[in-house]
Amino acid sequence: MEDEPGRSQALEEQQVAASTGVATTEAAASSAVKSRGWSRRVRRVSGFVVALLLGAVVWEAAKWLAGDPWRIQSIGYFHNPPFRILQLSDRHLPHLWDITAAFGQPFQRNAAYSLGSYLIDQALYTWGVALVGFVAGASIGIALASIFVHSGFLERGFVPYVVASQTVPIVAVAPLIVTGFGRGEQSIVIIATYLTFFPVTIAVLRGLRSPDPRAIELMRSYAASRWAVYRKVRLPASLPYLFTALKIAAAASIVGTIIGEGPGGGLRGLGRAILNFNQQYITGPERLWATIVVASGVGLLFFLAVRLAEIMVLRRRGTREEGA
Amino acid sequence: MSGRPPTDPAGAPHAAVRLAGVDMVFTTQDGARMAALEDINLSIAPGEFVSLIGPSGCGKSTLLRIVGDLIRPTAGTVEVNGKPAHRARLGREYGMVFQAPVLFDWRTVEANVRLPLELLGMNRRQREQRVHAMLDLVELGAFLRHYPHQLSGGMQQRVAIARALALEPALLLMDEPFGALDEMTRERLNAEVLRIWEQTRTTVLFVTHSIPEAVFLSSRVVVMSPRPGRLTKVIDIDLAQPRNEQTRESERYFELVTEVRESLRGRRGTATDDRLAAGEGSQQRLRAEGSIG
Repeated sequence: MEDEPGRSQALEEQQVAASTGVATTEAAASSAVKSRGWSRRVRRVSGFVVALLLGAVVWEAAKWLAGDPWRIQSIGYFHNPPFRILQLSDRHLPHLWDITAAFGQPFQRNAAYSLGSYLIDQALYTWGVALVGFVAGASIGIALASIFVHSGFLERGFVPYVVASQTVPIVAVAPLIVTGFGRGEQSIVIIATYLTFFPVTIAVLRGLRSPDPRAIELMRSYAASRWAVYRKVRLPASLPYLFTALKIAAAASIVGTIIGEGPGGGLRGLGRAILNFNQQYITGPERLWATIVVASGVGLLFFLAVRLAEIMVLRRRGTREEGA
Repeated sequence: MSGRPPTDPAGAPHAAVRLAGVDMVFTTQDGARMAALEDINLSIAPGEFVSLIGPSGCGKSTLLRIVGDLIRPTAGTVEVNGKPAHRARLGREYGMVFQAPVLFDWRTVEANVRLPLELLGMNRRQREQRVHAMLDLVELGAFLRHYPHQLSGGMQQRVAIARALALEPALLLMDEPFGALDEMTRERLNAEVLRIWEQTRTTVLFVTHSIPEAVFLSSRVVVMSPRPGRLTKVIDIDLAQPRNEQTRESERYFELVTEVRESLRGRRGTATDDRLAAGEGSQQRLRAEGSIG
C-alpha cells in the first residue's frame, strides 16, 4: 500500500505543505484532481451520447435495408429497401423521426395540448407515485435488514420469505393487491413498494455485515452498546451498499408503478398511457413508442438522481467507487 | 525495569493485570476439544511494558483478547486493575490496537480519534482538546481533517494508537500493531511507542512476532510455547531507559535478543508444525469469537 508511487509522492507533498505551513502544493494538487474529474465526466457523457447515436444508426440502417418504402416529398426523394422484414415495417418499428415528431402532435384529434406535454404530465404523476413507493420500500428494506443483522433467528425465519416474495411475478400479485386495497394510488404505491424493498433489504443486510470483525471488537472494547455499534459502525459502513441497491430500486419503483397503473390505476400515469396507446397501436404506433421513450427516460432520470445523491454522500470516502 | 513503583491512590498496590490459572479450550464444529491456552499465570505491574512472543498459533492473540474481555476463558481468573476484566471493559479501561489500523473511512482522522469519546458522552470542547492532544502525541496534529485513505500505513497506525489512547486507558492492548509495516517504519514507530509510553505511563500488553521489537520495547518479555500455549519463560529486559538507537547496538541488547530467541527455539515443534498450528488455531479462534460475539 505504501509503495504506490503516486500516493506516497502526494503524501510527501502534503507533509511538506503541512510542516512549512504552505498549503499551495495541496491546493494545486486538488485543483489538478478536479480538472481530471471534469475530463472524466465529459468522457463519460460523450460515451453515453455516442452509444445513443450508434443505437439510432443501427435502428435506421435496419429500416433502410428491410423496412417500408419512404419518400421525402419536397425534394422528390424515394427509397425502396432491398429486403422486407415484417418486424421492421413502420407499424412495428416506426422511424425515429416519426416518434420524435409524435411528441409535437396534438395528443388527440382536436386536443389543445401536444402528446409531449401530455406524456410529461403523466410521467411526473407516475414519478410522484413511484417516489412514494421508493421511499416506503427503501425504509422497509433498511428496517428489515437492521432487524435481521441483530437476530439470526429472525433472519433465518424470514429471509426465505423475502426471497420468495420476489419469485412470484408481479403481474400475478398486482391484481390481488388491487382487489384487496381498492383501485387507486394506495394500491399502486404498494405494488411499487413491493418491488423496491427487496434489493434494499438484501444489499443493506450485506452492508451492515461488511465492517471488519476487528471494528466490532474495537467497539466492544469500548463497551459500546449494540445501538452504538449499529449507528456508528454498521450503518455508515452500509451506505455504499445502500446506494447500489437504491439505484436498482429507483428503476424498479418506476416499473412497479407503471405495472400497477394497469389494473389499479385511475385515468392518469404512464401505465395508463401505455395501455391506451397499446389499444390504439394500429392507428399510431409512434405514440406508444414515444411513451416508452418517456418511461425509460423517467427511470433513467430517477437513477441519475440517486447516483447524484450517492456521489454527494460518499465523495469523501476513500473507498473505490464501483461504476454507476 | 524503569523503576516505576506500582502504586495506586489508596496506597494498596494491585496488579494492572493478573491472570491466574487461565485455560482456554475451543470446541471445534465436530465437537472436538482443542486446548489453546493452558494454565496461564501472569501478573503485570502498573506502568509495565510486557510483550507476548511465541510461534504463530500459540494463542498469544487469544490471550490478549482474554485480557481485554473480548473472549471468556474456559477457566481461571482475569483481573485488570484489581477488578474482573468484564468490569474493567465496561469501565472503558482498555485501549486496543490491532495489526490493521481499523480506521473508519467515512471519518476524518480527527473524527476517528473522537469516536471513543463520543461513546463516553464527553462534551464537545473537552473532546476537541483531547483529540488534538492525542494527535499531537503521535505527531499527526497537521492531519486532523485528512481521511484515512490519504495517509500512509504507518500514519494510519499512529491514528489508531491515538484513538486507543483517547480514553486515557489504564491498559493498552496491542496485537501485532506493526506487523504489517516495513522494517524502517516499524523501528520509527517502536521509538514512538516508547516515547508515548514514557509520557502516558500506561501499562502496555504487546503481542508480537518480532524478537528485536519485543526486546527493544519491553520491560519484560513473556515467551510462549506452541499449542497448547503456555508461558515457558519470562525474561526481564534490564536495558536502561530511555531507550534509543544506541540501545539497539548495545551488547546487552544482543544478549537479550539471543536469550529470547533461544527460549523460543528450546521448545518442541518445527516450522511446519507451527504453520499447521497457525492455520488451525486461527480457525478455532474465529469460531470461538463467533459464538461469543
